[in-house]
Amino acid sequence: MSGTGPREAVFPTRMNLTLTKGRLKGAQTGHSLLAKKRDALTTRFRQILKKVDEAKRLMGRVLQLASFSLAEVTYTAGDIGYQVQESVKRASYTVEARQENVSGVVLPTFESVRSKEGNDFNLTGLSRGGQQIQKCRDTYVKAVGTLVELASLQTAFTILDEVIRATNRRVNAIEHVIIPRLDNTIKYINSELDEMDREEFFRLKKVQGKKKRDAERVLNERKEKNDAHEQSGGSVHRDEGIGGGAGGGDDMLGQGKDEDVIF
Amino acid sequence: MSGTNFNPKDRTLLAVIGDEDSVTGLLLAGIGNIDKQSQNKNFLIVDGKTQTSVIESAFQDFTERKDIAILLINQHIAERIRPSVDRYQAAFPAVLEIPSKEHPYDPSKDSVLKRVQKLRGD
Repeated sequence: MSGTGPREAVFPTRMNLTLTKGRLKGAQTGHSLLAKKRDALTTRFRQILKKVDEAKRLMGRVLQLASFSLAEVTYTAGDIGYQVQESVKRASYTVEARQENVSGVVLPTFESVRSKEGNDFNLTGLSRGGQQIQKCRDTYVKAVGTLVELASLQTAFTILDEVIRATNRRVNAIEHVIIPRLDNTIKYINSELDEMDREEFFRLKKVQGKKKRDAERVLNERKEKNDAHEQSGGSVHRDEGIGGGAGGGDDMLGQGKDEDVIF
Repeated sequence: MSGTNFNPKDRTLLAVIGDEDSVTGLLLAGIGNIDKQSQNKNFLIVDGKTQTSVIESAFQDFTERKDIAILLINQHIAERIRPSVDRYQAAFPAVLEIPSKEHPYDPSKDSVLKRVQKLRGD
C-alpha cells in the first residue's frame, strides 16, 4: 500500500519523483553489483577454506617429523636448547608480505625470505652431532615454510570472512531497507500527485458549475426586466438571428432530402 | 574496511610461544630475533612452571607488535589461554596453533579450524 512503511522525507513533487526513481535505479544497480562481488568472494573463500583444512593437517605431520629430528639431535649432541637460545641475534628467516587483489579486496600473502649471511648456528654441535643438527635445521626450515604458507591462507581466510560479512550486510541493507523505502517514497509521491490531480479536477468542475449558475441568473434577471418593460408598454429589441424571429430559420437538417445534393 | 589500517609490508618477523623443544627447533631454522635496542625477544619458552599470566601478556605483546607477521603458538599452550586466542580475530599477525612433541595436533581445538568447520556446515 502507498504511504505505509518508512519512506524518505520529501515533498511530493514531480521533480522529487524523478529523483527518487533515479535513486531506486542506482540502488538496484548497486545491489546487483554487490551481489556479484559477494559471489566472487564466496567462491574464493570456499577454495581457501578447503586449502586451510588440508594445510592444517599437513602441518601436523610436518611438525611431527621435525620433532623427531630434533629428538635425534638431542640424542647425539645433547641438549642444545640453551646454546641455541643464547646465540640468537637477528632473524635470518623472515617473511615478506605481498598483496593480491580479489574483487577489490587486498589479500596479503606471505613469502619466506632467508638471508644468506645469517648462519648463526655453525658452531653448535661442533664437537658431536653437527650433521644431525644440520639435518634438523633443514627439516625445521621446511616446516616453517609450510607454516608460512598456512599463515597466508589463514590471513586470507580471516580477511575474506570479514569482507564477506560486510558485503552481505550491505546487500541485505539495500535489499530490505533502502529499496523498499525508495519504493514507498515513489508510491507516496504518486498517490499524492494523483490526489492533487483529482482535487484540481474537482475544483475546475466546481468553477464551471459556478459560472453556469451565474450566467443563468443574469439571463433570468434580464428576462424579468424585459417582461416588466413590455408590460409597462415599451418594446424590447431582440436579436432575432438569421432568417428573423419565430417565422423563419428552420433547421436545415430537418428539411428532408435535398435533390441537388448528389452525395 | 577490513581492519587492516597499517602496512603489512613492515611485518617481517615470525614469533613463537612454545615449549622448549618447539622453540629450539624453530630458532634453529633461524626465526629468532632480538631487538638490539630494547632487547625484545620474539620468542617465549613456556614450561610447566610458567604462569598463565606470563603467557597471556606475551600473547598480548606479540599480537600488538607491529613487526610480527605470524605468531606461532603451541596448541597445548594456546589451550591455557583459550579465551584470548578465541577472541583474537584480527588478520595481522596471523596466529597459528602448532602441535608440540608431546601433544599431537588436534584439529577440533584449533580456533581457526573451528570457524572453518562451522562455515563449511559440519
